[in-house]
Amino acid sequence: MNKTVNQKAWFLVLPVLILVAFSAVIPLMTVVNYSVQDTFGRNEFFWAGLEWFSDMLDSDRMWDALGRQLIFSGVILAIEIPLGIFVALNMPKSGFWASFCLVLMSLPLLIPWNVVGTIWQIFGRVDIGLLGYTLDKLGITYNYTQDITAAWITVVVMDVWHWTSLVALLAYAGLQSIPDAYYQAAKIDQASRWAVFRYIELPKMAGVLMIAILLRFMDSFMIYTEPFVVTGGGPGNATTFLSIDLVKMAIGQFDLGPAAAFSLMYFLVILLISWVFYTVMVNLDKRDGV
Amino acid sequence: MAKITLDNLAHSYLPNPAHENHYALKELNHDWIDGEAYALLGASGCGKSTLLNIISGLLQPSQGRILFNDRDVTHAPTAERNIAQVFQFPVVYDTMTVRDNLAFPLRNRGADAGYVAERVQQIAQMIGMEDELNRKARGLTADAKQKISLGRGMVREDVNALLFDEPLTVIDPHMKWELRTQLKSLHHEFGHTMIYVTHDQTEALTFADKVVVMYDGRVVQIGTPQELFERPAHTFVGYFIGSPGMNLFDAEITGSTAQVAGTTVDLGAGYAPKGGKTQLGVRPEFIRLNGSGDGLPAKVTRVEDVGRHKIIRLDVAGQPVSAIAEEGATVPSENTAIRFDPAGINVYADDWRVRAEEEAA
Repeated sequence: MNKTVNQKAWFLVLPVLILVAFSAVIPLMTVVNYSVQDTFGRNEFFWAGLEWFSDMLDSDRMWDALGRQLIFSGVILAIEIPLGIFVALNMPKSGFWASFCLVLMSLPLLIPWNVVGTIWQIFGRVDIGLLGYTLDKLGITYNYTQDITAAWITVVVMDVWHWTSLVALLAYAGLQSIPDAYYQAAKIDQASRWAVFRYIELPKMAGVLMIAILLRFMDSFMIYTEPFVVTGGGPGNATTFLSIDLVKMAIGQFDLGPAAAFSLMYFLVILLISWVFYTVMVNLDKRDGV
Repeated sequence: MAKITLDNLAHSYLPNPAHENHYALKELNHDWIDGEAYALLGASGCGKSTLLNIISGLLQPSQGRILFNDRDVTHAPTAERNIAQVFQFPVVYDTMTVRDNLAFPLRNRGADAGYVAERVQQIAQMIGMEDELNRKARGLTADAKQKISLGRGMVREDVNALLFDEPLTVIDPHMKWELRTQLKSLHHEFGHTMIYVTHDQTEALTFADKVVVMYDGRVVQIGTPQELFERPAHTFVGYFIGSPGMNLFDAEITGSTAQVAGTTVDLGAGYAPKGGKTQLGVRPEFIRLNGSGDGLPAKVTRVEDVGRHKIIRLDVAGQPVSAIAEEGATVPSENTAIRFDPAGINVYADDWRVRAEEEAA
C-alpha cells in the first residue's frame, strides 16, 4: 500500500498537544523551574542549581514522611487485598443478593474523600462519636488526637472501610470469569478448598489483583484528604504522610524551592513504581496470551 | 469399581416441575454393570450430560436414588464417590506443569510419591506427552490440554467409574482414533465401569460393549451395537444410528401383511399393534431396488457413491427413502420399484417397536 505523505496532518495532533501541555507539561515545568531557584520574596528569583534536591535528600523530615508513607501503604495493602479476596469469595454468585451486595459495597467508593474524613472524624470522637464514645464507655482509652496508636488505627481502618470494596469488586469480577467446569473438575479430582483457591481461583484472579494492588498502592501513596481531615497529620507528625508534608511545606511555610524538589522526587518514585507494575502486568498478559 | 444403580431417578432444572416436559431427565431405572463399557448416545440436549453429572454428584437429582454397589450415595459429595470424569472442553490447572496436573488427583488422595511418579509416567506415555511433562500447562494447544484432562481422568486406578462427557470433541481425527484405542485398552486392563457420552454413533459403536440411546430426557434403548442396528426399539434409534438412518413408512397392519401406499407388503411374521400410528421401519440395507415394477413404485432422485457402496435416494409416494446397493450394482432407470427384505422390517406403533407375535410368545 502506498503511504500518502501529508505533513499538514500533524495539525490534527495539535489539540491533544495543547491539552496535554496545559494539563501536564506546563504545570510540571513550573515546578521544575521552582526547584532550581531561590527567592527572598518580591518575585525575585535567582539560580540555586541542585541545592534543594541535595537539601531534601539530607532532610530527616522527608525520609520520615517517606517511611511513614511506605508503612501506611504496606499496611493497608496487607489488609485490603486479602480481605477483599475473602469478601469476594464469600459473595453470592448470582441472584438478588449478589446485586444487593454489589450495590452495598459500591457505596463507600461513591463517597467523596472529604466526607469520608469527616465521617470518621466524628465517628471517632469521644464526646459525640459512636465509636469513640462506645470505646470510652467500655473503658478503652481511645483518643486519636493525642495517642499515636489510636491515630494510626483510625486512619488505617478508615482506608480499609473506604477501599476494600474496590479490591473485592475487582476480585469478584475475576472470580465470575471462571467457568463452572473448573470447579467441577476440581471436585472430581478431590481437590481441597485450599487447592481450589491456590490453583484455580488465584491464577484466574492474578490479572485483576495486579490492577487492584497498583490502584490501591498508588492511591494510598498519594493519600491526603482523609487523614488530613481526621488527624491533620498529628499527633505531632505521626500521621504526616508525603502529601500532607508537601502541602505543609509548599503552602504552610511557602518554601517553594524545597517543596518543588520534594514534588519532583515524589513524582519520580511514583513513576518508577508504576513502571514496575506495568512491566509485571504486561508479562502476565503475555503468559496468558499464548 | 462398582455397580451403579439408578433407582427411579429423574431430574428437573425447575424448582417445582409439574409436567413431564419439565424434566430434563425423565424417570429412569437402570443398573450399570460393574466393569462394562457403556456409550451414552443421543442428540445434543437430550439429558446425557445431566445424567452423567448426577452419577458423579455434581448435580443432585430431583427424585430417586443412586446406589454404588447397593450403597446409597444420592446425597454423597463428589469427592466421596471417587469417580473420574472428563469434560467436553479441556480443564487444566494453568499454573502447574503437565506433570503436576497429572499427579494432582493422586496427590489429593495422599498417594505415595514413588507411586505417583511411576503412574504419571505411564499416563504420559499413554497420551503421548512424555516430552512435555515439565512444561507449564498454560499455553498448550486445546487438544494437548484435553489430553491432559483425559490423563487426569485415567490416572487413578481405584475409581468407581470413569465418565467421559464427549471428551474427544476438540481432538483432531487422527489422535481421536488413537485415544479411543487407548481408552479401550485401559478398559481391558483395569476393567473400570466406563460411561462414554457422545453424539457420534461411530464413536459409540466402536467404544462400547453396550450403547444406551437417549432421546428427549428418556433412555429409549440399551443394547449391543448389533441390537441397535437390527432391532431399534424406538424410531429415534433407527433414525439416529446407521448412515443413512432407517426409513419409515406409514402402514396399516393386518396380521403378517401391511398396506403401504396401496401396496401389500409381506412382514414375514404376525403383528398385533394396539392402536396408535403404525409405521414400518426398514433400514436402507434391507431395501432392494428392481427395474421390473415389482413392489412399491419408486423414483430414483439421486445416486451417491460413497466408496464401498452406493446410496440411492428415492421418492416413494412423495416421501424420501434411501436404499443401499453394492458398489458394482446397476441402478435401473425405468419401472423402478422397491421390495423389503422381511428380516429387516420392524413395526412401530407411536414410535415404539412392536414385537412380532412369536417373539412375544
